[in-house]
Amino acid sequence: MLRPLAPCPPSSVDTPVMPPIISISNLSKTYASGFQALKRIDLDIDKGEIFALLGPNGAGKTTLISVICGIVTPSTGTVTVGGHNILTDYRAARSLIGLVPQELHTDAFESVWATVTFSRGLFGLPADPGHIEKVLRSLSLWDKKDTKILFLSGGMKRRVLIAKALAHEPKVLFLDEPTAGVDVELRKDMWNVVRALRASGVTIILTTHYIEEAEEMADRIGVINKGEIILVERKAELMRKLGKKELTLQLHNALDAIPAELARHKLALAPGGKELTYTYNTQGERTGITALLDDLARANIRFRDIQTTQSSLEDIFVGLVRKDQ
Amino acid sequence: MNVRAIRSIYVFEMARTARTLFQSIVSPVVSTSLYFIVFGAAIGTRIQEIEGVNYGAFIVPGLIMLMILTQSTANASFGIYFPKFTGTIFEILSAPVSFVEIVIGYVGAAATKSIILGLIILATAGLFVPLRIDHPVFMLGFLVLTAVTFSLLGFIIGIWADGFEQLQLIPLLVITPLTFLGGTFYSIDVLPPFWQTIALFNPIVYLVSGFRWSFYSIADVSVGVSLAMTFVFLALCIVTVWWIFKTGYRLKR
Ligand SMILES: Nc1ncnc2c1ncn2[C@@H]1O[C@H](COP(=O)(O)OP(=O)(O)O)[C@@H](O)[C@H]1O
Ligand SMILES: [Mg+2]
Repeated sequence: MLRPLAPCPPSSVDTPVMPPIISISNLSKTYASGFQALKRIDLDIDKGEIFALLGPNGAGKTTLISVICGIVTPSTGTVTVGGHNILTDYRAARSLIGLVPQELHTDAFESVWATVTFSRGLFGLPADPGHIEKVLRSLSLWDKKDTKILFLSGGMKRRVLIAKALAHEPKVLFLDEPTAGVDVELRKDMWNVVRALRASGVTIILTTHYIEEAEEMADRIGVINKGEIILVERKAELMRKLGKKELTLQLHNALDAIPAELARHKLALAPGGKELTYTYNTQGERTGITALLDDLARANIRFRDIQTTQSSLEDIFVGLVRKDQ
Repeated sequence: MNVRAIRSIYVFEMARTARTLFQSIVSPVVSTSLYFIVFGAAIGTRIQEIEGVNYGAFIVPGLIMLMILTQSTANASFGIYFPKFTGTIFEILSAPVSFVEIVIGYVGAAATKSIILGLIILATAGLFVPLRIDHPVFMLGFLVLTAVTFSLLGFIIGIWADGFEQLQLIPLLVITPLTFLGGTFYSIDVLPPFWQTIALFNPIVYLVSGFRWSFYSIADVSVGVSLAMTFVFLALCIVTVWWIFKTGYRLKR
């Protein structure tokens, strides 16, 4: 049947709507112990993005990933991956996913080559030694391909797990705390792999508590605490919205207390009295710096030096989680 | 059907067997030979033929059954318990494989191994005693059915077990005693009538009896009943496995 061409609503012209690669709605998980690890999670992951899930230990990051991957059964809610329901259409959904778990769950007596080949077969793909070789080389595992996993270091085992996850050419890659306790070399290798994957259109969801990594790598950041997503934001937006700046003044002469002329500014006096710190919001229309400097001159306070610092994602994160408690 | 996944699991499990080939084959062969020396040679010389069959030859089917039962349960339970123990099960659970495929892979490999062992023991036995196989097709049929059934049972035990002790528990407390009391080394006709009735509640009596019939055409219970009981047992295991996967029992949290 031919459908008449309908005029497009104007909004859809400038924002082409791409369906999310992962769509989570009303997802909760209560473990058999009665502990509720996830509370009504709603979250969409866009195709091709790097999404960082940040949260303190026990927040529910691993549980969320495990539900999506089919290791933990959800208590309520639905999850689709590439449009496929993870429960009713699990084959199609799981075929798209590669998972690098948080723990180093590896075989011991298998060779690297065998275990990675096994992973590809398990996902129903025909053998492709060329692809496996490419993956192993990209993770600097090629010269270890015949080594039994037992004899590898922790960092090397982590690489093997990544290789296993990439063996079946996933469209979505989960990295659960991939750099926890990992050497600098591997981190570098790993981020190179992640960048290359992303360039080829793979969606990447990672959890980490190395916040610099989320800051450096992610397109969007979600913060989870006590089983609830408390914030999802583009990284730049997040930095802008919540980014606080501090202006620090090194004084010539120590102060005993903040003078009355300066009372209307949010100032903190460091112990010793030689340093004044002014905290302001970068997103505000006015930062109040001019007024502060005027008042300083009026109070006849002279300073030797001045510096500003931008709060990192870590500060933002700690602030958010603390507020939530 | 994700046939490649089944093959991957099967090959992986068979590779595990191959790595431990020495223990896998040598220890059952040695212990079977010991049975022959003790029961066949030492005691057998004092025992008359049973229903026209030399005693040493009489115990061969029972011994093979004993090995098949213990090896199938041990192998399959370890095969699925170990990934649970090490955590590598995560990969199986997150792969696009159905539960049926997982079972075929693991149980198929465990059953294959015990069938091979059974045949090796049969060949070993041939060195000690004169063997006769009246119904080779039935013989193979019982061998395969029993290996599959008890591999399924082992799989169930492996999923249920929470520790290595539990893994040993059922084989030690249930399977071994039932096998010894199941007419492995004697015909249940030699038992007093009361114990004969009790013995009929022992499923292993039917397996051993049917298997022995396929060798010498002599049986404690009719072959039809033996075969039927074997299938009942198989069906019981299949239903249990199906229920486990339906409910995610002890596999998914
Ligand atoms: N199998 C389980 N049974 C009961 N509680 C669990 C289980 N697994 C995890 N939890 C609890 O759920 C919470 C979230 O755990 P997890 O998802 O691992 O957090 P994260 O990965 O963010 O550190 C924790 O409090 C943890 O103790
Ligand atoms: Mg975790």
